Parts: sequence; structure tokens; C-alpha cells
Amino acid sequence: MDWGALHTILGGVNKHSTSIGKIWLTVLFIFRIMILVVAAERVWGDEQDDFVCNTLQPGCKNVCYDHFFPISHIRLWALQLIFVSTPALLVAMHVAYRRHEKKRQFRKGDKKCEYKDIEEIRSQRFHIEGSLWWTYTGSIFFRLIFEAVFMYAFYYMYDGYQMPRLMKCSAWPCPNTVDCFVSRPTEKTVFTIFMIAVSSICILLNVAELCYLLTKFFLRRSKKSGNAKQQPNHENKEETKQNEMNELISDSCQNTVIGFSS
Amino acid sequence: MSWGFLRDLLSGVNKYSTGIGRIWVAVVFVFRLLVYVAAAENIWKYEHDEFECNIKQPGCENVCFDHFFPVSHIRLWALQLIIVSTPSLLVVFHVAYRENRDKHHNQKLYRNPREIDGGLLCTYLISLILKTGFEIVFLVLFYKLYNGFKIPHLVKCDIRPCPSTVDCYISKPTEKMIFLYFLVATSCLCIILNISELSYLIFKYSIKCYLKRYMKKQQ
Repeated sequence: MDWGALHTILGGVNKHSTSIGKIWLTVLFIFRIMILVVAAERVWGDEQDDFVCNTLQPGCKNVCYDHFFPISHIRLWALQLIFVSTPALLVAMHVAYRRHEKKRQFRKGDKKCEYKDIEEIRSQRFHIEGSLWWTYTGSIFFRLIFEAVFMYAFYYMYDGYQMPRLMKCSAWPCPNTVDCFVSRPTEKTVFTIFMIAVSSICILLNVAELCYLLTKFFLRRSKKSGNAKQQPNHENKEETKQNEMNELISDSCQNTVIGFSS
Repeated sequence: MSWGFLRDLLSGVNKYSTGIGRIWVAVVFVFRLLVYVAAAENIWKYEHDEFECNIKQPGCENVCFDHFFPVSHIRLWALQLIIVSTPSLLVVFHVAYRENRDKHHNQKLYRNPREIDGGLLCTYLISLILKTGFEIVFLVLFYKLYNGFKIPHLVKCDIRPCPSTVDCYISKPTEKMIFLYFLVATSCLCIILNISELSYLIFKYSIKCYLKRYMKKQQ
């Protein structure tokens, strides 16, 4: 169980996302999770071993390290990535629920059901409308909140995003104010700024996606209320046009959810 | 053999679960297993090396560490994850038994071997009760072993061969405490989910039973 399993789960959601959603997922996996696993973990790997205080007093280093790093950057990022990915699971569950309902209808032999076999239901892509729209929009909203909360937590805990070279510590049992030196401060600052920048890009993508979904929703509503006054034939043409636009906007995806939607 | 095995096992269980059961599986995967592997394991990785006592007496650190940490938090956490996931195997075995029976007798003994009714319902309820029980047992164990869920900065140790009462410093106590609280919170969430699922199933099947009896009486 590792980030690969999360990738499998989220890959399934990719199929039902908008194109901005797909870009967000790509940014998440390549620029955040992969960087975390491949690079950042190595940089923070020796953080306590190489945290050195100018004293021989046993215990002083431990206490000072704990005082300045209540929770390590790398763990905060891992938690941030887990929390930010979780709302997408809501969408995966909603899609799985819809598929389950369609399969039930198909098995009952419902004449309204337009599918020829179960395989077609499994591979069908649901459009983001109706209750799925609310779930999807809610998931984006939660993502935004989690990103913002974690970025603020970082800023608050570490007084900004820069890693200082030297920290002065006078916690007991240190005999007086002792100089403590952090290992690789510049490299850590570079990675911190990188991760913050990518978080900001993800926030912008989420805001853009939210605006896009809201615009689409209001346009659809105004068209419906406009069409209600016109003839039914015209309404059908508008609906098919909307469907074609949806198809053009979204690409097909090869990943499928293995565990959660089966 | 690694956590991937548990992941496959739980994915299999997911097929026979109710909606709340699936949420439980999702919580276990994402908030417990993934957090354990991606974050928590590394915090406790060098706990013994970084445990430092204010003494040069050889053996004192070892003895004190062993006294204060009989079983490390991270090992208890791993045991908890494994043992809490195991009752779901009962359901898997029962469904496999049903499908086997159908095949053996070459006829449809069950309307749907995977549907939670009759004997499978009992098995499912038992697995829920066991899961909840194990969660509570581990939480109590954590509480009793470590006198609460707090991790102190400093512990005082006077066990032989330490010549006197010696100060020993634990590494990363704040970070460990944060993750310990996270563990407790997710355990409590899983307990709540299990109890809701139990109540939902009991309620649903009582209503079903009552309606059946009522229809029979009408006839």
C-alpha cells in the first residue's frame, strides 16, 4: 500500500472529470507526489541525525529539535496530499453508486434501461450533471479548503516558508542559549517554495474549475428557461448540441477504478 | 508479503459490503493504511537510536527504553490494522462456501450467494461486532500501556544498571503525539461506522421480517 494505490483509485475519477480536473490530477501526481517520494523524502531523510547543537548536554538536541519542528515538513506534505486527494473519492463513490443502480435496473430487465450488457455499464462515462454535479462541485470546494488550511498551517508553524540555518534554543536541559544548526537549509527552502508554488497552482486550477462548472450550470439553466418558451423540437436540438459540446470538451481516459467501483 | 496483501483482501471484501461498509474500507485505506505507510512509519524509524539518556553507563539507555516502550506505538498500530481487517475474512469465506455449494449441487440453492440474508447476515453482523470489539481493545491497550495518549519529552529512569535516577529524552514527542491522536480519531470514526452499519442492518432486516409476517397474517 503506497502512493501507487492512491494513483489507481484517483485514476478512475479522471474518466469523469472535466479537462481542468484532469490537469489538476496530472499536476498532483507529477509535481507533488512524485517530487515528494523521489526527492523531498531524501532531503529530509537525515533531518534529526544532522541537526547539531553546540552543546554536549545529552537531551538538549532532542528537546530543541522537537521545539522547532513539532511536525516535520515532509509529514505535513504527506498529510496535505492525502487530505486533498480524499474529496475525489466522494466522486468515485457517487459514480460507483450510479453504476450499481444502473446494473440493478439492467438485471431487473427494465425496459427504460438503454444498455445492451453489463460491460457497457461498467465502461460508461457519466456526464457531470444532476446530483453528480453537486458531488463534484462539493469535492472541489473541500479540496480548496484543505489546500488553504495546510498552507496556512505551514506558514503559522514555521514563521514563513524559509528554513533558517541557525536556531537559538534555551529549552531545558540545555544549560544556556545554545546554537543549533539545521541540516541542508537552502535545499529545504528550495523544496518548500517549490511545493508551495505547486499548491498555489493547484488552488488556481481548482478555482478555475469551480468557475467553469458554475458558469456551465447557469448557462444550462438560462437555456432551459429560454427553451421552455420555445417549441420542443428546438429544445432537442439545443440538448444534442450541449451533449456534443460535453463530448468535445472531455477526453477519454484509459484508467479505470479497480477496487472501489467494482 | 506486505501491506499490498491487506489492500487486496479489503478490495475483495468491498464487493460484499453495504454502502457504509465501503466507506469503512475507504477510511481504513486512505486515513489509516496510507498515513501509516507514507508518514507515520518514518517518525518511529530511529526511535531507539534517538532515545538519549543523560548518562554514560552502558546498558542504561537500553534498559530504560525497554521499560518505557514495551511494545512500540508503531508496532501496535500495525497489529491493530491487521487484526481489525481480519473479521472481514469471515464474510469472504462464507460467500465462497455458498458459491461452492451451488456449484457442487449443480443447482441454485441461493437466490444470490452474495446477497446479505440468512446465514450470511449473521456472519456479517458477527464480523462487525468483532471489528468493533478489536478496535476498542486496541484503544484501551494503547491507553493502559502508555498512561494516556500523551508522549512526554522526558522520562525519569532508575532501573539497574542506571546508577541513579536518570533523565531520558524521547525523540520527536510532539510529532508522535499528533499522529497518535490521528490514530485514535480514525479508530473512533471506524467504530462509529461499524456501529451505524450494525444498527442499519438490524433495523432493515427487522422491518423486512415484520413485513413478511404481516403479509402472511393477511393471507
